[in-house]
Amino acid sequence: MADSAIMQTASTMPLDPLEQSLLNDFQQGFPLSPTPFAEMAARLGVSEEQVITTLERLQQRGAVSRVGPVFRTHSIGASTLAAMCVPETRLEEVAELVNRFDAVNHNYEREHRLNLWFVATAPDEAHLQQVLAEIEERTGIEVIALPMVEDYHIDLGFDLQWT
Amino acid sequence: MDMRTRHYTPQPAATPVAAPITLGAADLALIEAIQRGLPLVSRPYAAVAARLGCGEEEVIRRIAALQQAGIIKRLGVVVRHRELGYGANAMVVWDVPDEEVAELGRCLSGFEFVTLCYRRPRRLPQWPYNLFCMIHGRDREAVMEKFRLMIESCGLETIPKAVLFSRRRFKQRGALYRPSAVAPATRADPIVEGSC
Repeated sequence: MADSAIMQTASTMPLDPLEQSLLNDFQQGFPLSPTPFAEMAARLGVSEEQVITTLERLQQRGAVSRVGPVFRTHSIGASTLAAMCVPETRLEEVAELVNRFDAVNHNYEREHRLNLWFVATAPDEAHLQQVLAEIEERTGIEVIALPMVEDYHIDLGFDLQWT
Repeated sequence: MDMRTRHYTPQPAATPVAAPITLGAADLALIEAIQRGLPLVSRPYAAVAARLGCGEEEVIRRIAALQQAGIIKRLGVVVRHRELGYGANAMVVWDVPDEEVAELGRCLSGFEFVTLCYRRPRRLPQWPYNLFCMIHGRDREAVMEKFRLMIESCGLETIPKAVLFSRRRFKQRGALYRPSAVAPATRADPIVEGSC
């Protein structure tokens, strides 16, 4: 369960200019041409191989989750944010149980009475409800589902602001 | 030092939740093939096409169509904030009158540092908040400064609100929309036949 290991807050990793540019300038508008990495390379004045190996390295170091699509919530399948109020002594155990569900993609401890927050995504609503019910049943803790009602944000990626 | 982040940029009108679009088997197979990311090879679309048994141009055309339809919000490098020095992330929530939520949602989503801005239902009595934003900062104080700027710029002084900083991250990865691991059989199913 490597994916669910509790991770430390990482300190800033040193990044060279190519890494910075790949991280910051290509969060959207990835070329839809047969050789997208070559196109990026041409724009950056480096080789296609350099772009690919740098992205591979950034992925290995955990800075890049993936190169690919971000789907609009709810446009495919069903998903929801959910919150639980977990007694401090049970938090790790419950977090691990929640992580074990493939439907769960994010899971964070937050500073609130409702202290465990996760996102679950499933092919359809019935499947999603089943996951939430199962988590509730196996933990004995209420799961408060907070599905998105409206999205106000236009996702243009995130400006990393190297300084 | 971070002054540049504090612009309020007016944004185009929000996209309401799209009515669920009916996707064909070919689109679902494509989504399944790319949801974990494109392969880091010279011709990634050709590699995806080979997996699906269709043409490279067809894959490119369909991804473009999914983007056009708003199903794909963006295509590119997806970063992990914590690993890049953005150690603090907070979910900022507001209890806004229902008739003002869209306007305030648009105001808040205009900040560059807001990475998500959603309306969600209240769940009384446990949860009174109906507007949610996610903000990232290098540290706690940076996030709080952004929070204060939001209050000031959007006139939220009297609105009940809370800042939920994240503590431990137990899991973070992209959502899997198609259960590829559970149903390897679908790949051998007749989605193929040149139809990607």
